[in-house]
Amino acid sequence: MFPAATSRDRLIYIMDLGVLTRVYLLHAAILAPFVLAALVPAIRKGTKKIHTGWIVLILPVLLFLNFLRYLPVVRNDVSETFSLPWIPSLGINFTVYLDGLGLLFALLITGIGALVVLYSIYYLNPEQEAIHRFYLYLLLFMGAMLGIVLSDNMIVLYTFWELTSISSFLLIAFWYERDRSRYGALKSMLITVFGGFAMLAGFVVLHHMTGTWSIRETIAMVGNVQGHPLFLLAMILILLGAFTKSAQFPFHIWLPDAMEAPTPVSAYLHSATMVKAGIYLVARFSPVFAGQAEWFWIVSLVGIITMCYGSILAVKQTDLKALLAYSTISQLGLIMSLFGAGSAAVYYGYGEESMIYTAATMAAIFHLVNHATFKGALFMVAGIVDHETGTRDIRRLGGLISLMPISFTVACISGFSMAGVPPFNGYLSKEMFLEAMVELTHLHIFELGTWGILFPILAFLGSVFTFVYSMILIFKTFRGPLQKEKLGITPHEAPAGMLISPVILAVCVVVLGLFPNVLSYSIIEPAMRSVLPSLVAPGEHFDVHISFWHGFTPALFMTMGVIVLGTVLYLLLNRWKGIYAIYPDKLSWNHMYDSLLRYGEKASRMLTDAYMNRSARNYLVYIFGFMVIVLGAALWRADVLSLMTPDTAPINIYEIVLIALLVISAVAVPFARQRLIAVIMTGAVGYLVTLFFVLFRAPDLALTQMIIETVSVVLFLLCFYHMPELRREVSSRKYRSLNIIIAVSVGVVVTLISLSASGSSSFESIADYFVKNSHDLGGGDNVVNVILVDFRGFDTMLEITVLGIASLGIYSMIQLQLQGRDAGARILYLHRKVTLAPKVPIGRTRKETATVAKNMKQFKSNDVILETSTKVIVFIILTFALYLFFAGHNNPGGGFVGGLMASSALVLLALAFNAETVRRVLPLDYRDIMAAGLSVAYLTAIGSFVFGAPFLSHAFGYFDIPFLGKTELATALIFDLGVFLTVLGVTMTIILQIGEDR
Amino acid sequence: MEVWMSIAIGILFAVAVYLILSRSLLRIILGTSILTHGVHLLLLTMSRLKTGAPPLLGEESGTYVDPLPQALILTSIVINFGVTAFFFVLAYRSYIRLKTDDMEEVKRKGGQ
Repeated sequence: MFPAATSRDRLIYIMDLGVLTRVYLLHAAILAPFVLAALVPAIRKGTKKIHTGWIVLILPVLLFLNFLRYLPVVRNDVSETFSLPWIPSLGINFTVYLDGLGLLFALLITGIGALVVLYSIYYLNPEQEAIHRFYLYLLLFMGAMLGIVLSDNMIVLYTFWELTSISSFLLIAFWYERDRSRYGALKSMLITVFGGFAMLAGFVVLHHMTGTWSIRETIAMVGNVQGHPLFLLAMILILLGAFTKSAQFPFHIWLPDAMEAPTPVSAYLHSATMVKAGIYLVARFSPVFAGQAEWFWIVSLVGIITMCYGSILAVKQTDLKALLAYSTISQLGLIMSLFGAGSAAVYYGYGEESMIYTAATMAAIFHLVNHATFKGALFMVAGIVDHETGTRDIRRLGGLISLMPISFTVACISGFSMAGVPPFNGYLSKEMFLEAMVELTHLHIFELGTWGILFPILAFLGSVFTFVYSMILIFKTFRGPLQKEKLGITPHEAPAGMLISPVILAVCVVVLGLFPNVLSYSIIEPAMRSVLPSLVAPGEHFDVHISFWHGFTPALFMTMGVIVLGTVLYLLLNRWKGIYAIYPDKLSWNHMYDSLLRYGEKASRMLTDAYMNRSARNYLVYIFGFMVIVLGAALWRADVLSLMTPDTAPINIYEIVLIALLVISAVAVPFARQRLIAVIMTGAVGYLVTLFFVLFRAPDLALTQMIIETVSVVLFLLCFYHMPELRREVSSRKYRSLNIIIAVSVGVVVTLISLSASGSSSFESIADYFVKNSHDLGGGDNVVNVILVDFRGFDTMLEITVLGIASLGIYSMIQLQLQGRDAGARILYLHRKVTLAPKVPIGRTRKETATVAKNMKQFKSNDVILETSTKVIVFIILTFALYLFFAGHNNPGGGFVGGLMASSALVLLALAFNAETVRRVLPLDYRDIMAAGLSVAYLTAIGSFVFGAPFLSHAFGYFDIPFLGKTELATALIFDLGVFLTVLGVTMTIILQIGEDR
Repeated sequence: MEVWMSIAIGILFAVAVYLILSRSLLRIILGTSILTHGVHLLLLTMSRLKTGAPPLLGEESGTYVDPLPQALILTSIVINFGVTAFFFVLAYRSYIRLKTDDMEEVKRKGGQ
């Protein structure tokens, strides 16, 4: 039965050399579509005269040719694996792997892809459609699909899997102004992404059992996990992913609605490739799950039911594409059931007996290819009919045979192939399918003796209806009377270019029908080895031979029965069609989906409205209440509550006084009647905190806090200009007592946390690490500064980014309003008949700035003494700022403090004279300084890459510089310069902007 | 000292939360300011107080206080300035727009 394994060692060796030269070529093949997708909009702009499709077409053709070169490689059992690290710490690597199954799909994706792109060039008019979007999405899909079939890592596979869902969503919604398109897009997205999530969960469960994300490694250790209690769960979750993607019953409902996409998309995604991703998944995971009764029953039963159900519903359709959609559902079910049936072979393990049942797997793979050819052609014909007649409604079509002879020929060949009529390829695989289904009744495992008879019956029924809808498709469209009055335009044959792709596919249908063995050892056999690896020894091969004549087998009689019964049913169609109306619409799966969505939306809206009542105070009550409950419960559960902390720091009398002052000034704030008092009391808290920083040996903090408090005073004063006086708050007692209860509980919980944290020593402090290594690793003696710029530099980088964003937020809030671009403000102003200030563009010139500055009333001083002394003091402060900045690495100081100190000098200048003086003395846009600072920080961080070091690595060294002596130079200083500039830019932007606001 | 500080921190938090829950925009902003002070002191206190010299290795001391909370607080101080300024502008902008600084009024007017 097995062809003798010939020694191919030498050949393999040569192949391996070839392999080496092709390292990463597979990665490139996956990524190339993404790269081209990114370039498509630019290409479209650059080449207005050529249809963008011609340029896009090059890629799938090249990829197809490239994948063809791998045919002998997989034929000879040399699987190619290359890996690029992605998240190595989690074992997630971008590992690509090419075997028979992957290659089969890769060829389908690129081959059909090329034909579809060619077809689309004539289908989409570049003057009316956004073709750059179309090709962008299409290429996105192509890359993602290649990623799915070539990835060995499950997480990578999942990523690409979801990417196909997204690109499918985008393509279905290509004509997004249509309601049906959006509805269909959303539906397909919700269902396939739901399945994708289930699949991810299945992968995680598998990973939990095996500890690897690699599919091949999982297959290798499958013996260890089959008895695991979670094994079945993983199987079902993964199958959910496969069934939703491949539109299996009852998840099939998204596919007919996906037909709103342009027809090339339907031909490509929704018949030939994406919907087969689910089948790919089943085939790929067959080595893991095959041989299990649950796998066999779920896959084959769902498949056969889908096959039957889809074909019955297809007959009812009046839209050509809807008919094809149900037909696709049915055919996918057929392939699915064959993979399920083939898995039974694994039950028998390695040996002669199992070989009989591998025929089902062979049929599955063969039909996979056949379906892609005839269904692709049929979709393209449907697109042509739609394009040239203006309708896809079968009731309005007819009599096109003489007008569109070529299209008719293609439709005839593909339609009969789909119906399972000889001599086309569909007949061969259909007969193999029927045979496999009959074979199942002979099996005596999985209780097939009792229930096995279901399969041939359902298969026969499905095949009859398949025959009927194929006939409807061909004859109702092309034969009968031409109804010119019902068509929008005068129909005619499609342009030659549009016919190329369907004709090529139809030729394939015929050639594969006559010479099916072209595929048998080149594609089908290697793919079978991937699906059923346990049944062949390395070097051995399955016996794959497809022949026309098997003798008078049951399958042959079934085929005859299908044709006879199908013809009768087709001819009597009008007599029995009425039974479709019996089934109530309310019970349909679509209706259920719509209701689920509607009620789900309603319920979530009700839930949201229940707690989101637009009152900020309400939300804060939730937040603080939650905080009290969670933290309190955690404290209580962790049992770390210790009220008396051991060996506390000593306290002396003036510290008690300071604490008392702190408490008094804080408590005074809520009681203050005037806003100035409230602000002064808050300021007092701030300055007292500064004193505590001094007490607690935190010189950097003390410095920073002091300057911030000072600058803040200016900020408060500026803002007062716009704010009203405080009023006594009139509110209900309930309202107030709830506030007090929450406030006090937060206080109590925080006190307890503070006591427990300082009292317990559950954890070793990580402080020692920083103290020990600051000098040796960071090259600085000021540990706080070294942490900021080096150890935790990433935090700092993001912190200054946030700062920058805050200042830009302030800037835009003020500027947009100044220019009257804030619509709400404009309406309010116009309503009150307040004339708007003259518009000031954002990038204003010096002269305009001067006029604005004249309006600035806040910055005005007549104090001669202040003016005079400021002239001197500013320089002193600036020098001090520079000192702080440079000293920072070893002594208190650093970028933060330095930047703040420098801005306080400028603020003083603005106070003593006016903001215009500041602008004149330093004609700078402070947003530029901020941007420069951020750039310096980021570039320093990125600069580490040049030296092959990780992000944000720093280097330092000690150099002998004349006059300065031994000086330390560290890259951390450059990073700190970024911090310095950002802080300066941010502070000045904020202060000057608020000052400018009228 | 830690015990006294903990109590003071609790009071700072309570005052801050009370202010934040009030209806006046200005009080809310001052509340966030005080909350920040409370958080800073909390971070310092949790790592024990006065356990050594300031974290400047030039001091040549045997033990130093924990430098990590100080680094955290330093960035927090500066961020807080940015956020407070942002709040202020947001507050007075909304006051100019809606002619009220009462949060309940804001809720009512915003819903229109």
